[in-house]
Amino acid sequence: MKYKIETIMVFIFLLIFSFLTVYPILNILGVSLRHDNAFNTRSLSFIKFSEKYTDENQNGLWDLNEDFIDSNKNGVWDSGSSINSYITLFKNTDFLLWTRNSIFVSLIVTLTGVVFASTSGYALSRFKFKGREFGMTAILTTQMFPATMLLLPFFILLSYLGLINSYIGLIIIYSSTALPFCIWQMKGYYDTIPPSLEESARIDGCSRFQAFYKIILPLSTPALVITALFSFMASWSEYVVAAIILQDPKLYTLPLGLKSFQASLSTEWGLYAAGAVVVSIPVIILFISLSKYLVSGLTMGSVKG
Amino acid sequence: MSSLKLEEVSKSYGENDILKDISLDVDDGEFLVLVGPSGCGKSTTLRLIAGLEEPSKGSIIIDKKIVNEKDPSDRDIAMVFQNYALYPQMTVKENMEFGLKIRKLEKNEIDLRVLEAARILKIENLLGRKPKELSGGQRQRVALGRAIVRKPKVFLFDEPLSNLDAKLRQEMRVEIKKIHNLLGTTMIYVTHDQTEAMTMGDRIAVMNDGIIEQLDTPTTIYNKPQNIFTSTFVGTPQINLVNGELVEKNDNWYFISNNLEIPFSEKHRQFSRFLNKKVTLGIRPEDIIIEMDSESNNSNVKINFVENLGSEMNLHFSFDDIKFVAKINNSENNFLNHFCKIKFKINNIHIFDLKSEEAL
Repeated sequence: MKYKIETIMVFIFLLIFSFLTVYPILNILGVSLRHDNAFNTRSLSFIKFSEKYTDENQNGLWDLNEDFIDSNKNGVWDSGSSINSYITLFKNTDFLLWTRNSIFVSLIVTLTGVVFASTSGYALSRFKFKGREFGMTAILTTQMFPATMLLLPFFILLSYLGLINSYIGLIIIYSSTALPFCIWQMKGYYDTIPPSLEESARIDGCSRFQAFYKIILPLSTPALVITALFSFMASWSEYVVAAIILQDPKLYTLPLGLKSFQASLSTEWGLYAAGAVVVSIPVIILFISLSKYLVSGLTMGSVKG
Repeated sequence: MSSLKLEEVSKSYGENDILKDISLDVDDGEFLVLVGPSGCGKSTTLRLIAGLEEPSKGSIIIDKKIVNEKDPSDRDIAMVFQNYALYPQMTVKENMEFGLKIRKLEKNEIDLRVLEAARILKIENLLGRKPKELSGGQRQRVALGRAIVRKPKVFLFDEPLSNLDAKLRQEMRVEIKKIHNLLGTTMIYVTHDQTEAMTMGDRIAVMNDGIIEQLDTPTTIYNKPQNIFTSTFVGTPQINLVNGELVEKNDNWYFISNNLEIPFSEKHRQFSRFLNKKVTLGIRPEDIIIEMDSESNNSNVKINFVENLGSEMNLHFSFDDIKFVAKINNSENNFLNHFCKIKFKINNIHIFDLKSEEAL
């Protein structure tokens, strides 16, 4: 009986949180599929297709919130949805340019993250050297400062270096904020791989580096995937740092570009929502396709078990 | 096939001296066992030979060439690890091929060697499996196979059987010895198990606290231990040790320690120089003669515990708070709580200097 109540409680809890997560997404999807910039509606009406409407005042618009049009006058509204916002997004804005910029920055940051985290994590896990403990603590300490606190020093530093309005500056900052976590994450994973595997490989004829990339790296795929995802996410959806560094609209990354739809007097909510949906698609695809690597346990069976 | 030599090799980690001036000479094709309690430096010795650690001092010589500076990959040795260390992402076949592929052997040659090793180890039907699909014994065989295919100058074994159960361990012991006879390669085998050492080694190096206490054939180590440590490390049950002196009384020889007075079964000239000297006497359990005696008198002991091993019995008794174990052939007599007369086989006693603990 106790078990049942617990299960029910868990389900209620999960339902609430699923709703809290799913509702905003559906809402954005709804807004992006509307004809106009109707933003303040709470209905998820894009789901309803071909429904009878009433048009008491014969103005050709649906009475309730007058959202829908019956252009062929058959008494059924045409459709709750339209992909006009998406078409406009790709045709009439710089969305594709921003996407290219974002992909460029994110890929470089991901690559830097994976290369440096996998190698420095390995060094910290396997070698004993002077300053190792201190270095590890120092790396961890950098995670204690909130990003907003670092904005000013970052800006000053980059303007000294002449890296304002350049991707190099942006990439340096993204990498340096993502790397500490990634290094610790990789180090922790390497620690679970028995050193006798590399030793065995070295006796089998590998150099130290060969043993690392032929034996240890393939075993570390789950950790590498998490590192890559984390680095990618850190740059793909970052706004604040990009906003202070990139001032030329031609250099904008996606978050900056989307924000530019929001003007002081009017905001193109349809475009904004459509952009938001498109931006989140690669992330969703990445998560789904990489999820099988997120399950660890690859080292099972190598040693006594 | 190759000889191996260590010359005054030392290894320290900071203040800790793990190995102290070890010298070792292993002949071509010899099976040498390094045995000792944990922390005695035997695994470190093996890792130094493999090149996984660098010696702080001294030289390591394989095939008459100093290899101190050489990388493990260039020493042409193979090592079997305690935890097998199979590459989990590769199949059995890929595991065995790995070392050969790295060395860029021809594919035909690789296939030939892998199949031959698989046949010797009877793992032909496992070649397509991943390590996680194998039992402990099978993994151990694959680890052996990975070493065999390399045809190395020297085989190193780091406690390879300690993760297996007793029955499998015995099987693999025989198996490894057979492989040695078949290949005739120099093998160095590290273990803390004295049974493995005694049964497998052509020679045994008994190590303790970073030094080699004795390096000899199993028989010599058992029969003529050079010091107390070696005598206690080899043989089960452990050798009995008593401090006391040898005394001649009424034309008979006795070993006397406080109230303990044990007659020798015969006199022996060889020990006459120890008469009336303080010594430690070591007597192996099988060298104590036990006779049932109904009456209790001064020189009699009471058997207070009996371990029946089937073919043999271990009888535990104590005298004067000194505990003894005697090993006798199985008998129908019920020794437990009975009084017995004990005698020592004088030819087989070991006498050590009380202070230096060295054999006299």
